[in-house]
Amino acid sequence: MIRLEKRPDPSRGWSLATPVVAVLATMLAGGLLFAALGKDPIVAIRTIFWEPLFGEFSFYYRPQLVVKGAPLVLIAIGLSLGFKAGIWNIGAEGQYIIGALTGAGVGLAFYPTESVFIFPLMVLAGALGGWAWAMIPAILKTRFGTNEILVSLMLVYVAEQLLASMSLGLLKNPEGFGFPGSRNLQQYDSAHNAELIAGSGLHWGAAAALIAVIFAYVLVNKHMTGFHIRLTGDAPRAARFAGVSPARLVLFCLGISGALAGLAGLFEVSGPAGVVSIDFNVGYGFTAIIVAFLGRLHPVGILLAGALMALTYIGGDIAQSNLGLPSAAIQVFQGMLLFFLLAFDVLTNFRIRLGASEVA
Amino acid sequence: MKLTTLLASAAMALGLASGAMADDPTKVGFVYVGPVGDGGWTYEHDQGRKAVEAAFGDKVETVYVENVAEGPDSERVMTQMALEGADLIFTTSFGYMDPTINVAKKFPNVKFEHATGYKRADNVSTYSARFYEGRAVQGVIAGHMTKSNVVGYIGSFPIPEVIRGINSAFIHAKKVNPDVEFKIVWAFTWFDPAKEADAAKVLIEQGADVILQHTDSTAPQAAAQAAGNVVTFGQASDMAEYGPFPRVSSIIDNWGPYYVARTKAVMDGTWESVDTWDGIAPGMVGIGEITDAVPTEVRAEALALKDAIAAGEYFPFTGPLKKQDGSDWLAEGETADDGTLAGMNFFVEGLTGDIPQ
Amino acid sequence: MDLSAINPVQLIAFLMVAATPVLLAAIGELIVEKSGVLNLGVEGMMITGAIAGFAVTVETGSPAVGFVAAAGAGALLSCLFVVLTQFALANQVASGLALTLFGLGLSALLGQSYVGVKPPTTPKVEIAGLSDLPVVGPILFNHDLMVYFGIALVAATWAVLKFTRTGLILRAVGENHDAAHALGYKVVRIRILAILFGGACAGLGGAYISLIRVPQWTEGMTAGVGWIALALVVFASWKPWRALLGAYLFGGVTVVQLNLQAAGVAIPVEYLAMSPYLITIVVLVILSADKSSAPAALGRVFHASR
Repeated sequence: MIRLEKRPDPSRGWSLATPVVAVLATMLAGGLLFAALGKDPIVAIRTIFWEPLFGEFSFYYRPQLVVKGAPLVLIAIGLSLGFKAGIWNIGAEGQYIIGALTGAGVGLAFYPTESVFIFPLMVLAGALGGWAWAMIPAILKTRFGTNEILVSLMLVYVAEQLLASMSLGLLKNPEGFGFPGSRNLQQYDSAHNAELIAGSGLHWGAAAALIAVIFAYVLVNKHMTGFHIRLTGDAPRAARFAGVSPARLVLFCLGISGALAGLAGLFEVSGPAGVVSIDFNVGYGFTAIIVAFLGRLHPVGILLAGALMALTYIGGDIAQSNLGLPSAAIQVFQGMLLFFLLAFDVLTNFRIRLGASEVA
Repeated sequence: MKLTTLLASAAMALGLASGAMADDPTKVGFVYVGPVGDGGWTYEHDQGRKAVEAAFGDKVETVYVENVAEGPDSERVMTQMALEGADLIFTTSFGYMDPTINVAKKFPNVKFEHATGYKRADNVSTYSARFYEGRAVQGVIAGHMTKSNVVGYIGSFPIPEVIRGINSAFIHAKKVNPDVEFKIVWAFTWFDPAKEADAAKVLIEQGADVILQHTDSTAPQAAAQAAGNVVTFGQASDMAEYGPFPRVSSIIDNWGPYYVARTKAVMDGTWESVDTWDGIAPGMVGIGEITDAVPTEVRAEALALKDAIAAGEYFPFTGPLKKQDGSDWLAEGETADDGTLAGMNFFVEGLTGDIPQ
Repeated sequence: MDLSAINPVQLIAFLMVAATPVLLAAIGELIVEKSGVLNLGVEGMMITGAIAGFAVTVETGSPAVGFVAAAGAGALLSCLFVVLTQFALANQVASGLALTLFGLGLSALLGQSYVGVKPPTTPKVEIAGLSDLPVVGPILFNHDLMVYFGIALVAATWAVLKFTRTGLILRAVGENHDAAHALGYKVVRIRILAILFGGACAGLGGAYISLIRVPQWTEGMTAGVGWIALALVVFASWKPWRALLGAYLFGGVTVVQLNLQAAGVAIPVEYLAMSPYLITIVVLVILSADKSSAPAALGRVFHASR
């Protein structure tokens, strides 16, 4: 019988080794999958993991990793704070949409005035929009005790309808010949979230993601609020005795995660995406939940997890085009990667013992 | 600027490399917004890709990426294809418009074809299909076939493409049946078969005995079949499995001939930036077989209309036509210009309900 | 605007069909959560059931066999979740999301050759005389078997949870796994069974969409129903009858909004389209006076340390 025995302290060695083991296991299982689909497994794995980083065109793909990973990290950092405290914001996708709408709305309201104040105002509006959307589940929870998972999730669908309505109505490009979608903010200098260094992929969203990582690290490890968050997650009753106000913590955690998701939406719409359109949102808010957990809710872990997810997206698209793999195969492959990362994590906290089990 | 130079030189190097090997196949890339298994929009574009492969065999190499989100993801996928040496890239969703223009600027030697958009460049063509021509034919059949005089119409989003189809169908249904009334339901989603089924059932319950759909699933067909006496039309693909009744005809997206012609132009070096808006005549819009469930004289009338449109003798939007609010749109004998049609955002007189804004 | 065109009897009959997939999935998830496990992979298990049921029905020609296969496929996929959460003790939220991603991809791979295929029709249960009764006939006696199965499942789940020893043990495990373990209950085994049951129910719900409600196979065709099912469990405060009510309410608002559109009611369509979600939130606030809360051990990792 195989038995798990809890380690007194998480193993540092394994905590670093498990991601590597998991990626290797995914390569093996994924290779089998690709072979079953009639593709050369080694070429396929190489294409997904190697090409974007060190391949012939990596000069282009490396910056793209930043573009793809930045919103994931930014949102995941915000979510991780709440998750630590047992506050479940599942609706980051909705806050991301609203942030983009309010931010882009402010920018478009000034069109075609050029001013250095426009972009900061948009950033403010984006953060406020996301924050306000997250305040709905937060206030309903603190006032009426409604479940924040349900309310935040429902608000994603409401936000999607609002997005469609805005792209077809209020924010529609008046010079767009009646087609849906807003003006392209990339072509409006004052509102354009351009690359900070050309060709680097580094835009304000990426900078904000890095700042958020540092901020979260300091908050959780050095600050009283961080201590309260951790305490509430580990021992809610003890937290109450320690004088933590659950309501205030709910407002704080949902507010921060909403504001960061809103910022991610604003940076995306004013930069890489450019336009408010019916299909503006592509699931970053949901993928970020996975990123938060893959990073074990630790800021640096989230940074690495975001980069890994971005790598599989970009490498996956290259594999589709170059090898003719269906996107479904890439999705299955990503699923496998997540499974292995989650499963092998057990080695960090537990020791595997062989022997007769006394309790099952 | 550094990146642009890098990209350009990489493209140049590839261009030289491929120039050196004259037998190198022409590489054609396709960017899809949905999965090739959607049975509708993307599926039909992929049929077009297969037609290119069938037409040129070894002389062509096609690649595609499916489920590409509009925005930065599409821009990356297009750049990736161009870097990997594609000579011609078809981008098959309206939302790819600005990304296509952006990437085309960086790769002046690669040709781009953007579907349903309005922005062109020296190496960017646009193409679209006049589906409203097919809607006119459907409208005639619908006007004759309805006994309750209520025709249900399922729209996705209120965009010009869909509004144009509704207007065209309504004008021609009204011509053959002055009492006809359209009930329009907007699903507000591109893809949700269950919701389409709901919408069809609701329309049937409210008395519609003909259902037109601007959504791609067969859910309305199945709902009509269950109801027993409701007529439907295939959309995007033929949906022949629901014929001869309830599906009595269909509009088929047929991109194959265009894709083959454009690939040929690249091979021959005759490719130029053009704006193509083709309809029934060149076969971009196909009318699926009109089944025996339609009376002979109705079928003859529908086919005559189809032939007249194909021959250029008849134009579906010909005056006198008024807008919904009663104001004049087209005078007697006047035809609508492509600009108005492309951005159509109003209903014609006789349609009820507002277009959601 | 012509509201007389809306036929309430047809509307209710239709609602029962529309609500069935989400109801089946929600009841499965309800049992899973009662045992203290949160499986966010409902969407993935539904879509897997949808393709498995569809493929098997097309191959065998029998919808009955198809539904059994769908339940099996849903349960099989949930085994992955079992391995992750019960043996590797991984985080349940992340495992569930990964399961959804995996299920969506897997179903698309499996379904490649089934696009554009028309499945055999699933017969309705028609009871001579009763099905033709006015009002009652269309509502109660003119459905396919799965609609009745869904309602029966609600009743059975309610009865089992309330009156049987099995229900008691399940609830005990969900409330306090350490105490249940101390009492000698096999916590892990009970949870595994609950998760498999949840997978089977989700599979059935998915197959109902691909075989009866739509019926066709297209990638991603469940289009978020699994998420609604998850929301429904919370909405229902983990009570089976309230899940039924919630499923009808949610489906009802959707159907009513489509009906209002078709009748030409002058409310902007986009606000009608978001109404099901808004009304769910409002009802949730109203119901919040009810303080019956989630199973206490929901989502927490159990490890039997001696």
